[in-house]
Amino acid sequence: MKLWNRLMCYCRRRSPWLFHMNSGSCNGCDIELVASLTPRYDAEQLGVRLEGSPRHADILCVTGPVTRKAVGAVKTVYEQVCGPKAVVAIGSCPATTNVFIDSRTLDGPLNKHIPVDVFVPGCPPRPDAIIAGVAKAAGILAERAAKPVDSERTPHAAVEQTEVRP
Amino acid sequence: MNLTTALARLLIFPGLLFAIPFAWFFLWVERKAVALMQGRIGPPFMQPFYDFIKLLGKSNPPRTGIAGALMKVWPLLAVSSAASAVAFLPVLPNYGGFQGDLIFLLALLEVPSFCIIAAGFSSRSIFGEIGSAREAVLSVSYNIVFLLAIVSIAASQHTFRLDALAALPASPLRWLGVAALLVCLPAKLHLNPFSLPNAEQEIYAGPMTEYAGPELAMWELSHGLEWVAATGLVATLAAPYIAAWWLAAIVFVALSIGIVLLLSVLASATARLAIDTTVRFYWQCTLIFAVLAISSALFMRLRS
Repeated sequence: MKLWNRLMCYCRRRSPWLFHMNSGSCNGCDIELVASLTPRYDAEQLGVRLEGSPRHADILCVTGPVTRKAVGAVKTVYEQVCGPKAVVAIGSCPATTNVFIDSRTLDGPLNKHIPVDVFVPGCPPRPDAIIAGVAKAAGILAERAAKPVDSERTPHAAVEQTEVRP
Repeated sequence: MNLTTALARLLIFPGLLFAIPFAWFFLWVERKAVALMQGRIGPPFMQPFYDFIKLLGKSNPPRTGIAGALMKVWPLLAVSSAASAVAFLPVLPNYGGFQGDLIFLLALLEVPSFCIIAAGFSSRSIFGEIGSAREAVLSVSYNIVFLLAIVSIAASQHTFRLDALAALPASPLRWLGVAALLVCLPAKLHLNPFSLPNAEQEIYAGPMTEYAGPELAMWELSHGLEWVAATGLVATLAAPYIAAWWLAAIVFVALSIGIVLLLSVLASATARLAIDTTVRFYWQCTLIFAVLAISSALFMRLRS
């Protein structure tokens, strides 16, 4: 049983599947996320796969400052990802709402609605920073697998948040 | 074939113990070949294994009622039928099949496709339903050619026994049939020019959209086993007859890997076709050759 848990931790770290969610982003971070899968950066070496359905994903990558229209969608998609799961906020927008701060069309930042595990700041962040953030989130997933009680978290819970600096 | 050998074939070689690692290996070869064709390095060797174990450890969304039960049944049915299709392959020379086992193998190979169609509809997701409808249309198109090719091979060699087919020397007509089978394989394995049912990003994940965790792991496994069964069928028909069992096994594995590489390179070199173009391709372009093959097989049979 212990061996199985260790194997599971190892496999979780080695196979992060992403679901990419745009919550009103300017598309800058989105193309950087896609760029991290291209030949130059090749995130598939870490086992990263961009999945079409949130049901398949382990890590939810959110870009954008969370507009009012997107709040419901962000919460629904977060619920649709099956546990254990992690959330990576890509770019400065989901972290702080960036230059759109105090806009009446926004209801951000992201961690007001769902617990965020890793912030990758930048406007947009470089693909290597995104890959570093995803790798960090995969490590968090593996730790969460070792302690299965923690995986049942509710939104707004106080979580240890990590920041990736390029 | 008595019970012991049947169980040994199902569980050890070429059944589960051989087929599951090979399914993962073929999935890796496919991903690696696509990565190399795109100038990337690609996933590590154990990647499909990591994915499988990780999916087993994920939770499932709560499902109730008959639809929920059905959604649990379809992936298991797909895996078991694909595994038994692999077990029917006459890799070892003294195999001891029965008359008509080729037809049984074809039926088993078709079950995963039916399961995918049913799975998409029972998931009640709109994307799943689109994917299932596409899979149904696709299977109607390529299966005509696939079955005609198999029937022309069997008719030209006067037998529906797999081991007899594998033992007979190949006639030119058989090569035509093998070529027709190869044309159908990308559609059967949902590879790129015909990757319509599970069209990634276009319709999310097609019939698999609602599946998660261990069920998705079973789908991945059944896809891998389908790879082994379908490439193995072509490899058995294309391989020359070899009496030494170890040499036969090596030739079988090498031919299978060659077919996997060929299909992966084709997949990475092409873009996805639209559904009407695909159907037209199979009904208009390929069907003519399949009809030619079967009519010449029947003609040769009448003359002899």
